Amino acid sequence: MSVPDSAETMQRLTAHLRRRARWRWPEILFWLAIPAAIFVLPSRAGIINEVLIAGLFALSLDLILGLTGIVSLGHAAFLGLGAYAAAILASKGFADPTLGLAFGAVVAALVGFVTAPLLLRGGDLTRLMVTLGVSLMLGELANRNGWLTGGADGLNFSMAPVLGLFSIGFTGQRNAALYSFAVLFILFVIARRLAHSSFGLSLTAIRENRLRAGALGVDTRRRIIGVYTVAAAYAGAAGALLAQTTQIVSLDLFDFHRSADAMLMLIIGGAGYLYGGLIGAAAFIVLRDVISAATPEYWEFWIGLALVILVLVGRGRIAAAPRRLISLIAPRAAHRGVA
Amino acid sequence: MLTILLDGVAYGMLLFVLASGLSVTLGLMNFINLAHGAFAMVGGYVTALLMNRAGVPFLVTLPAAFLIPAILGVVLERTLYRRLYGASPLDQVLFTIGLVLMAMPIAAYLIGDEPQQVHLPAWLSGRIEVRGVGIGVYRLFIIALCGAIAAALQMFLIKTRFGAQLRAAVDDPRVAQGLGINVDRIFAVAFAVGSGLAGLGGALAADVVGGIDPSFPVKFLVTFLIVVTIGGSNGIMGALFGALLLGVLDVAGKYYAPSIGAFIIYAVMVVTLVVRPQGLFARGEGP
Repeated sequence: MSVPDSAETMQRLTAHLRRRARWRWPEILFWLAIPAAIFVLPSRAGIINEVLIAGLFALSLDLILGLTGIVSLGHAAFLGLGAYAAAILASKGFADPTLGLAFGAVVAALVGFVTAPLLLRGGDLTRLMVTLGVSLMLGELANRNGWLTGGADGLNFSMAPVLGLFSIGFTGQRNAALYSFAVLFILFVIARRLAHSSFGLSLTAIRENRLRAGALGVDTRRRIIGVYTVAAAYAGAAGALLAQTTQIVSLDLFDFHRSADAMLMLIIGGAGYLYGGLIGAAAFIVLRDVISAATPEYWEFWIGLALVILVLVGRGRIAAAPRRLISLIAPRAAHRGVA
Repeated sequence: MLTILLDGVAYGMLLFVLASGLSVTLGLMNFINLAHGAFAMVGGYVTALLMNRAGVPFLVTLPAAFLIPAILGVVLERTLYRRLYGASPLDQVLFTIGLVLMAMPIAAYLIGDEPQQVHLPAWLSGRIEVRGVGIGVYRLFIIALCGAIAAALQMFLIKTRFGAQLRAAVDDPRVAQGLGINVDRIFAVAFAVGSGLAGLGGALAADVVGGIDPSFPVKFLVTFLIVVTIGGSNGIMGALFGALLLGVLDVAGKYYAPSIGAFIIYAVMVVTLVVRPQGLFARGEGP
């Protein structure tokens, strides 16, 4: 392959990448719509908060599943870790939410960093089982160490106001939602930068073909460990938010269904372009609310049916739908996705 | 000590029958069937309902607990599962989670949330003393029955024409097809037998786990997966050793180190996967 003018090619490539990384107006609208929704619908602030946190959790899964192509059935491990870390810190008297948030994220990141090497061996099936096993082990540890975690009863605690100004919790649901929104937005901006950086591009290369990425000089092992650590920190932050805004933690945070739900959200919204988790979380939770209002006990059935149809029809085709919709509204934005 | 060992072996045997079908689909055919527990649930319900509502004796319900999930398995395999044999693991996971999510509300809707108990006949309950070691009669029954099933399965796979065809179909479906083996039918039969065994296991396990309820497929999903993971891709024998190891470890762990609880078996699984990704009892090179 001969390149006539490599400097020119480089220039065009850089320009293209920079154009791709630019913020589009549908994105800006998206981010303006969320605080607007919180102020317009204060009575729904609780559920908006839930969507935001679930969205952050699904976003963290998107970093490893959508961006890097590593399947995980045990992402709840980090949600639970972050939640319990924040809760234990608060119950020991350090009730500042920002501190708890950072602590939750750091603890989850540490465990993510330590367990990431386990993902480097074996195939997808092995990875599914290892991630699942790690989350089960942590859940069992939390269950058996009741002196620290409260065991099956969980932990109850109270939080100080955010930044010493805004009280969160049952009386401050709107503040809680705004707090979650602020955290989600900041972390999203970082994730977006990450995805468009050379690091993010190398992750895409790993997803498309790990062997070839390695042959091109990408240190795949370090990249995978790195992104897994970041994703763990994000999930830990989501867990800490969940613990702080509900002021309760329980063992079900480690449950298999948490991991499965996050995966469903991501698949509903489409993996690999960062917004999928957020859109999927909103769709999933609204859907759950609507269905469970109609048939309280059996809403799972419809989610299951939707999944089965999703897979049989072809995940790719449906997952592409939101992006196609965006490209209808703003044709140029269609190329902004990472994938 | 011996009592614990026997309890562990009985539990392991039970796990083997429950998971043997999964070891064929997942271990041999490389299809991730997270809905396997749903078939076990169906089998458990068949036995519980036949006994409680129709007054059928326990032993008579067992063939039904095998047949009904087997038929269900073959129908689902023909209509749905087979479309996903070549699909990515993620698709298989999503699809089978979807099936589980559907199966649980269906069970709750048709039968109700409360656990359905299986009341063992008098001759199976109680304990006997052998040289000072107390053994539950039902445990012995499970060991004998499940041991017989394991032996029969192994003979079936090794000695019969069908077993040879199955192994060929698993090793290389295209070549097997080219040799005139009806791979489609082989897989369907294997799937049906696996589902049927899961159902039988569910029926036998109902008493041990305190009744069958709609959350059964999720509660034991992880345990099945661990059995197959430890057993590796070595078919029936691997699954048998994996199940026995897990059963003994789990029972002994709960008895001697209750503060650690289920942590042991999860740790064993993760360590196994890290050290030998193909399973503890895998044949030399994995697929």
